[in-house]
Amino acid sequence: MVSFLSVALFFFPGIRKDAPLPFSGFPQTERGQDMYDILIIGAGITGTFLARELARYELNIALLDKEDDIACGATMANSAIIHSGHDPKPGTLKARLNVRGNGMYEEICRELGCAFSRCSAFVAAASPQEEQILDTLMRQAQERGVPVNRLDPAAARRAEPHLSDFVTAVLELPSTGIITPWEVAIALAEEAVLNGTDLFLCHQVESIHAADNPSGGRCFQITARTPDQAAHHFQSRYVIDAAGVYADAIFAMAAGQSDSAKLPFSITPRKGEYFVLDHEMTPLVSRVIYPVPSEKGKGVLAVPTIHGNLLIGPNSDFTDDRDDAGNTAAALAYVRQEIGKTVKDIPFSKVIRNFAGLRPTGTTHDFVIEEADGVPGFILAAAIESPGLTAAPAIAEYIIDTILAPKLILRQKNSWKRRRPFLSLQGLTAGQYNEKIRENPAFGRIVCRCEQITEGEVLDAVHRPAGARTIKGVKKRCRPGMGRCQGGFCEPLITEILCRELGLLPEELLHMEGGVSDENL
Amino acid sequence: MKTCDLVIIGGGSAGMAAAIGAYDRGIRDILILERDSEPGGILLQCIHNGFGLHTFGEELTGPSYAERYVREIEARSIPVECGALVLHLHPDKTLEYISPRAGYVTLRAKAVILAMGCRERPRGAIGIPGTRPSGIWTAGTAQRYLNLSGILPGKRVFILGSGDIGLIMARRMTLEGAKVLGVAELMPYSNGLPRNLKQCLEDFDIPLFLSHTVTDIRGEKRLREVVISQVNEKLSPIPGTEKMFAADTLLLSVGLIPENSLSEEAGIPLHPRTKGPFVDESFQTAVPGVFACGNLLHVHDLVDFVSAESRAAGEAAARYLREDLPKGQTITTGAGDASVGYVLPQTIDPERLNGSTELKFRVTGVYRNAVIQIYKDGQLSREIPKRVLIPAEMEKITLKKEDLAGVRERITIQIASRKGGTAG
Repeated sequence: MVSFLSVALFFFPGIRKDAPLPFSGFPQTERGQDMYDILIIGAGITGTFLARELARYELNIALLDKEDDIACGATMANSAIIHSGHDPKPGTLKARLNVRGNGMYEEICRELGCAFSRCSAFVAAASPQEEQILDTLMRQAQERGVPVNRLDPAAARRAEPHLSDFVTAVLELPSTGIITPWEVAIALAEEAVLNGTDLFLCHQVESIHAADNPSGGRCFQITARTPDQAAHHFQSRYVIDAAGVYADAIFAMAAGQSDSAKLPFSITPRKGEYFVLDHEMTPLVSRVIYPVPSEKGKGVLAVPTIHGNLLIGPNSDFTDDRDDAGNTAAALAYVRQEIGKTVKDIPFSKVIRNFAGLRPTGTTHDFVIEEADGVPGFILAAAIESPGLTAAPAIAEYIIDTILAPKLILRQKNSWKRRRPFLSLQGLTAGQYNEKIRENPAFGRIVCRCEQITEGEVLDAVHRPAGARTIKGVKKRCRPGMGRCQGGFCEPLITEILCRELGLLPEELLHMEGGVSDENL
Repeated sequence: MKTCDLVIIGGGSAGMAAAIGAYDRGIRDILILERDSEPGGILLQCIHNGFGLHTFGEELTGPSYAERYVREIEARSIPVECGALVLHLHPDKTLEYISPRAGYVTLRAKAVILAMGCRERPRGAIGIPGTRPSGIWTAGTAQRYLNLSGILPGKRVFILGSGDIGLIMARRMTLEGAKVLGVAELMPYSNGLPRNLKQCLEDFDIPLFLSHTVTDIRGEKRLREVVISQVNEKLSPIPGTEKMFAADTLLLSVGLIPENSLSEEAGIPLHPRTKGPFVDESFQTAVPGVFACGNLLHVHDLVDFVSAESRAAGEAAARYLREDLPKGQTITTGAGDASVGYVLPQTIDPERLNGSTELKFRVTGVYRNAVIQIYKDGQLSREIPKRVLIPAEMEKITLKKEDLAGVRERITIQIASRKGGTAG
């Protein structure tokens, strides 16, 4: 067992063989006789929901991602909203799964120990034409059973004093919520791993072939490469493609189709850029403020976050580079100008960060969730753009109930291991604080001044199933670096803790190997 | 609830000098709360020399300068609680802090001195476009990596901002074997001290690009390329002027922000320009008994000035505790026009002065052969000729108690050009 796991650690670049063993979860991949029942490609919100829900059954499941952590793509960079389901076009999977997903989140977050706030939303109209669209949205929401109210602007302004002076009519969507998307995805992955799922990070899929299953039927042979250039081979009876902006490329491998124009769909990344503002004693807005939606999507929003920050964004621009989530001066200027239509007095001097995300927009303008035509056993969970975060639990449910259940024997496991929520000292009383500090003085040692995170919380983020092994991984799990100094004070401390706890080298954590050296100039 | 006469938040250069000032005026029940594992603050990572010329008449390194004050603190047996972070400061001067040793402590202070220093402005605050790879740090973070953790965080370095920390780091990274490709400065002049421009850039042939800024950042996991562009007089990038640098590291020296989240929580109003509390001649904030000094009050050029100011703040806190701050007439100060950014203190009560007070201010542009004009209630009262005035250097004027006689409301400062001089 021990030797098996030390081999396993090879597959996570950056971990030395002699490193202390923080947790299991990167098992070895080339057990010749091994056959996964389901292999999921992509550990974003779609993939992690699928993994966690499938882990309830007697199945062998693998979850692969090319990145070094869970939730590195669109799940890391979006508006963090659990939409009510008021705006997707009627008859689409988007509409159906959005409404269903909204209804599922609160309970799931409670189970996972993740934050969820049903903060409500306003859709703010600023012209007679826009007011007409509000009427349509209202009807649409009512037909879907989505709670909705028309507010007069005065009442809306009492609730949100910073609504802009242009706003003439407001629709209230009380079922709208907010979450921290990566927290939920990581929590789902943790619970999947705790319940037997094999997680393979840093595994970039490079080929998928259909083959005969030695024990009967057909299967897929999947090859993935790790950054050390080693190739790893997997076999699985089913493959689920939840690969975000790469979903069409992954599908093309399985379909044996190198001409993407011949695929039934393709993905074009659509970039959205944001501002993040520091938390303030009195938040500028307490609910999501949408403009009236247009052909380009939901528009530029103001979104309060779980931790009291304010998000402003996104724009919507197609791009041809699936890896370029960089910010541009033009888009940021556009976002800044657009938000003025719905919200005023935004203190842009409190901006602490910009980010950009890539939405996997499909050519069909709806989610593509089906068993691929002509590739039996290959299941698409593709083009999951907005409202994909909201729909994710419903997407998992839909795939299991309508696609997998008729094909697989789904036998519930007898036991289920709950994850332990991330440790947070926020909100503890003095007495509870003292108890923690007595238990371990690391809980009295603040490493992140801005967000007031202790070393004890960082240690918890590192030493847990699918724990953090990068600076960003720590940031995603317990927030040091999320504050106004953006890691200026705490990053060197986090680097030291990771080196000490996991036997990593600073060069690895700071990605020095990927930098510019005199040799490659 | 535990009580304490004087709690000083921050055990850096400001906090230590304030403690000494208060102690030497008879206050004995003092507690310094320091978040790091030892006192000294940011001086501990400033291993270059140049500290202490004014205070000690010799050039010390940051740690040596700090050490002198630590010895003074020890000689007076002033307690320093290290590893202690203040979580809350309430308007009634109750504090809540945690430390690994003392746990969660609630403490009622009779007087508080805010000495938390400042932090660096991060990338997000200035909105540099591009990707978000590793390799982009504030200069101080890189300094900490290099000087305290022993990690050289990059090999080919570009620096944005010619503030002193950026200049110091250009030299430091060079001495450690990195190649510093250049320094870009948004303004047409440097924000660093002239001696640092000479000793840190010129002596190492590191180019300085004035009126330039970073307009793109490229690289995925790690920074690969930095693009800079020239800016016009409105500070907007000029298309077509891009220069590319194959850098794995970008250091930012783009400003310091006084660390006032606790002050804000306590309801202390902040000056929009200094980003520090409004204070009177005794360094007292709008909350009676709460004093402010050092880089938390306004960003200083030299630690020697921080020490002197903070010592005075400590002495004033001692007067407050002895109920020796009489309330008389209040004179306000300020900039007479846009040539001056701010004037400290913002109010003066002449009753309290022992002889004189100092007005500190910064100009907003470079002025040669100019005059500092002091107006009393709108009347020009004094002119001080100056060969050169630059934003990087804080100016000081001493006002005697008799200078304030007859001033009813307001003293303002502005800069005028002398015949043959240039302004702007």
